[in-house]
Amino acid sequence: MQDVNWIALSIFVLLFGLITWLGFAAARWRKGDLDLLHEWGLGGRRFGTVVTWFLVGGDVYTAYTFIAVPALAFGAGAVAFFAVPYTIVIYPFLFLVFPRLWNVCRKHGYITSGDFVRGRFGNRWLALAIAVTGIVATMPYIALQLVGIQVVVGALGISGTGLAADLPLIIAFMVLAAFTYSSGLRAPASIAIVKDILIYITAFTAIIVIPIELGGFAKIFAAVPPQKLLLAVPGPNTTGAYGSYATLALGSALALFLYPHCLTGILSASSSHAIRRNAAMLPGYSFMLGLLALFGFFAIAAGVANLPEYAGGFKQFGNNFAVPALLLHSFPSWFVGIAFSAIGIGALVPAAIMSIAAANLYTRNIHREFINKNPSNQQESQMAKWASLIVKFGALVFILFVPTQYAIQLQLLGGIWIIQTLPSVMLGVYTRWFNDWALLLGWAAGIFAGTAMAVAVNLKPAYPLALGGYTFPGYIAVYTVILNLVVVTVLTPVLNALSARRMPVDQTAAADYFA
Amino acid sequence: MNSENTKRGGWSWWYLLFVVQFVAVLWPPFYNSIEPRWIGIPFFYWYQMLWVVISAVTTAVIYLVTSE
Repeated sequence: MQDVNWIALSIFVLLFGLITWLGFAAARWRKGDLDLLHEWGLGGRRFGTVVTWFLVGGDVYTAYTFIAVPALAFGAGAVAFFAVPYTIVIYPFLFLVFPRLWNVCRKHGYITSGDFVRGRFGNRWLALAIAVTGIVATMPYIALQLVGIQVVVGALGISGTGLAADLPLIIAFMVLAAFTYSSGLRAPASIAIVKDILIYITAFTAIIVIPIELGGFAKIFAAVPPQKLLLAVPGPNTTGAYGSYATLALGSALALFLYPHCLTGILSASSSHAIRRNAAMLPGYSFMLGLLALFGFFAIAAGVANLPEYAGGFKQFGNNFAVPALLLHSFPSWFVGIAFSAIGIGALVPAAIMSIAAANLYTRNIHREFINKNPSNQQESQMAKWASLIVKFGALVFILFVPTQYAIQLQLLGGIWIIQTLPSVMLGVYTRWFNDWALLLGWAAGIFAGTAMAVAVNLKPAYPLALGGYTFPGYIAVYTVILNLVVVTVLTPVLNALSARRMPVDQTAAADYFA
Repeated sequence: MNSENTKRGGWSWWYLLFVVQFVAVLWPPFYNSIEPRWIGIPFFYWYQMLWVVISAVTTAVIYLVTSE
């Protein structure tokens, strides 16, 4: 491994100190009573258009994204660009579905998707399934954020053996845990602003400077092996790489805002108009993500993988080291310090929101539903604070003691699992037609089939579905959510006819879904 | 924010504009090619980046006309 980069490290530590202070000071920002769960866990629903933009941006475009997408371009080429159509296709859903969800959640004091489903369909077991899916899908996501920190810390030249090697990560984790506990969602919201300024500075500087250093885009793309530049053209009787590219984009987009942390970001907005405006403003991040994906090609053109000083990093972190190596290779130390801080802080923001979102789910849809049915406001928010600590601690233990590969695979499975909440949550916003038990059985069918398909292809996202002589390789999440919907649609009339019980009461009224 | 939107059940025909960007970016045969390049960048890449911008503008237009 290369020597410690003292200038970069100093800037890194300085900026980390700044955001630590900011995280604690955030408790007093737009002050509210942090003994109320919606104040701690949703920032009192007081964030306007701009803060929501930073917060949801920090949610969707995480440190891991900034490392992994260029790493995929570096290793596999064109397929990494699926992140661009993915983040284009998200926003019509954000624009159409989620303002309605925001309205109804605000009206009834719902804090989680489980709360909404509980109120809409009146079935606490269905709400439990939604909550457990959310928590389980979020845990490996938090772990991957910590991987983002590990990579930049390694790239700063800090290495060691045993506990010493993990010390920077443990410190970062303790800082994160402490300010999340004390300030709730206000902490990541305020830090997100600093983080994004740093990220934008890094991305736009790099997209101008590095191509100049490397002699222009034509030269860069000429250095990339031709088979990596485009998707492989499908052979006869298959939709090939085209099918997997498009379904990956669509399925990821459908799944994204079902993740608890994204929903938390949305529900903390101060109005449904703030959400709609954000559907037009958030593509700003998508554009940057596209630029960052190109960094993978810059890294190929710069030849960083063959430079001896980065051999140790590539050996330890694989292709995830491509972007840090490229930045080290192309910029003076002080700028590297800024860029690495952006990635490191970029990990803390989503990790904080994720742990808060998982804590809200546990507190509302598990603890309050099944353990302590009538908590005081103070007990409820205290429970959530403890839950957020446990969730983060779990993620830390996971990343310290389990190979990173498992976190990546679990995160992949998490996407397939979370999309199974789509009928209850996204369609539930539009209709109460579905039978609650049918929704639960559809969910179970989707989870089971999705897991089986993923295992059958050795935990890859795409499954080659064979139908009448044709093969359709596609994202498992898309195939299994279709199965889920079929099961729900078929079973709804059947279960309604079989059951003598009265349908549970829908707490929500049609007017609740509008501003 | 206005009562008219509420009465119409929140639906607007303008929302159909969203379909255009779905088709444009979810059908790879449209854009899986090197040429035409733009400042040395293959079509595959700049086409999709361009759609980020177009989709943002479309969404802004839809926002403005539906929230009047």
